[in-house]
Amino acid sequence: MNHDEAVKEWDLIIEPHTSVFHLSYRDLWRYRDLLFLLVKRDFISFYKQTILGPLWFFLQPLFTTIIYVIVFSRLANISTDGLPPPLFYLVGIVTWNYFAECLTKTSTIFRDNASMFGKVYFPRLIMPLSVVLSNLIKFGVQLILLLLMFLFYIAFKDFRPATNIYILFFPVAVLMMAALGLALGLIISALTTKYRDLSFLVTFGVQLIMYATPVIYPLSIVSDKYRWLLNINPMTGIFEAIRYGLLGRGLFDWTLIGYSATIIIVLMITGIIVFNKVEKNFVDTV
Amino acid sequence: MGTAIKVEHLSKIYRLGEIGTGTLSQDFNRWMARVRGKEDPYLIVGELNDRMVKGGDIVYSLRDIDFEIEEGDAVGIIGRNGAGKSTLLKILSRITSPSAGRIHIRGRIASLLEVGTGFHPELTGKENIYLNGAIMGMRKKEIDRKLEEIIDFSGVERYIETPVKRYSSGMYVRLAFAVAAHLESEILIVDEVLAVGDQEFQKKCLGKMGEVSKGEGKTVLFVSHNMAAIKSLCSSGIFLQNGVLSKKGEITEIIKAYLDNSTKAGDEGLIPEGASTYYTGVARYKRIRIVNHSGDKVSLYYCTPIKIYAEIECSEDINDAILDIRIANREGFQVVHCSNIYNNGTEVAHLHKGITKVEIEIENLLQPGSYSLTPGIHQRDGLSLDYVENILDFDVMKITEGKEQDLVYDWDMGIIRLNSDWKVYAQ
Repeated sequence: MNHDEAVKEWDLIIEPHTSVFHLSYRDLWRYRDLLFLLVKRDFISFYKQTILGPLWFFLQPLFTTIIYVIVFSRLANISTDGLPPPLFYLVGIVTWNYFAECLTKTSTIFRDNASMFGKVYFPRLIMPLSVVLSNLIKFGVQLILLLLMFLFYIAFKDFRPATNIYILFFPVAVLMMAALGLALGLIISALTTKYRDLSFLVTFGVQLIMYATPVIYPLSIVSDKYRWLLNINPMTGIFEAIRYGLLGRGLFDWTLIGYSATIIIVLMITGIIVFNKVEKNFVDTV
Repeated sequence: MGTAIKVEHLSKIYRLGEIGTGTLSQDFNRWMARVRGKEDPYLIVGELNDRMVKGGDIVYSLRDIDFEIEEGDAVGIIGRNGAGKSTLLKILSRITSPSAGRIHIRGRIASLLEVGTGFHPELTGKENIYLNGAIMGMRKKEIDRKLEEIIDFSGVERYIETPVKRYSSGMYVRLAFAVAAHLESEILIVDEVLAVGDQEFQKKCLGKMGEVSKGEGKTVLFVSHNMAAIKSLCSSGIFLQNGVLSKKGEITEIIKAYLDNSTKAGDEGLIPEGASTYYTGVARYKRIRIVNHSGDKVSLYYCTPIKIYAEIECSEDINDAILDIRIANREGFQVVHCSNIYNNGTEVAHLHKGITKVEIEIENLLQPGSYSLTPGIHQRDGLSLDYVENILDFDVMKITEGKEQDLVYDWDMGIIRLNSDWKVYAQ
């Protein structure tokens, strides 16, 4: 009997090692309801466990913006490309936070769900996907804050934003950030099952990388001497493009975007392979 | 009827200590094999999963297991702790993958290694039904359809909109089992989850499982230490020993094989290390023997009290110890339970750090036959510290001490003889 016939006769065949490139899309699709229920769980639990509930989504970026305005703009006098500093920083913070949360939360997926993974099977990839989706909703809520700030500046500060057609690229940029965060998170999550100390590196590393990304400063003030450093960071092109589309300042460079996209695809494939490999026997190692 | 599960040459190895192969090149070779979807080239013949024997860094948790299960069969999986039962269930549930071999499955599998997986304390009962159901593989529509039935079965309808963190543990378990009981599948795999919850609930669970296997014709795989539950539920069994399939067949045969094979106390009643079925590290039985027997085999005269001598080793003082002895017959049916707290006057025992000696005398109301004895140490709050299943076998002979002749009765005389007072009057 050849393999295809065998598959037809049996509903499931459990074998030692299916190839690492094997990703069961059918299984993922079958469990899509779980994905949405997990996102819903994240929200309900977040909102029931806090007094201020969803208000936290606003407070955190708002206060960070205030601090950044004081420290980086007032004290350090770092240029914001001629944009109102609060607006400049808020765009950076909200988008960076989305990337950072996707990355850090995905990177601890095995540790956080060890007990559940040890008791029941479902496609493990559902978990990191639910993280990305939960954070996307949070990001959406924070965009409302950004919009309010925008309107405030237009109405009261006589600010005329040079918002342009490249704003259409915004959703793509968000998707790219999510993918990058997810891919890196998957790789790290797989590695942390073997090497625990990596997880300490993550929170700290994410903070460091933020300074190597034009979040709190525009790319335009970076001297040629350090330009290359920012150019190899796949987040640079994405950030500059977002700022260019929304505020009209920054840099929309297809080469940088193309470079980011390539890196993301490579990391994503690596991430899925590594994650797939680890998910099969991770239960044995914890 | 076709085959529901076909297991071929199934093995699972664990490495002690490190998980890698040790060297980078071996790790790489193994990785290459995995990339191509091949079997592990470093999977070589190793030792059996015998915890008594040290040495070698590969341990077979399962070794070359072959069996088939017919559709509609209820199969009990029996074995001592560490025999590989849980590993087998985990592989069948796809929680971990085998190291070698192949399993073919026909039909959907629902596995209950735990009830209430993924329950979130902040969510209401209803929200948790959906979440838990989805984790176990149900579609939202399916849950919608069965919601009423699930809530009904759980018996917590009044609190269904309350967060489960306010539930009593009993309600929690009932709700969790209710979801599990309504999974749509052809094959049901159940670990010893039924050990939780009160008596009534356990009965309900067993009842539901019986219904599922006999009424709905589902294939059921059941792991338990409770021989009575296995016997009532399963028609055939698989006996695993040190990761190897030791016997397969009709359930009473399997239970008998299991009971015959369990670790026995050695010379002077010494209990081998690792013999405990359950052990917390705080206290354990070190020795146990029956004092008043004749000859090598532990055979007691009919009606003669059973005198037991035991030693318990504690790593700390225990002020509220409940000591007990369970006696089961050779079919695994628990017949008798004796404990220090049943006696008037004697409250809980005080065990001091170190060795405590215990002498027990049990009134012998057992009818002739073969029995196994399971000593246990528990605490007042119900926490078990140690028990060693069937560590000691003994026979009750058909002969009373001092008499030459056997008892006259030769028919089945039950298991227990109750003392009775007979007054016979002439008209």
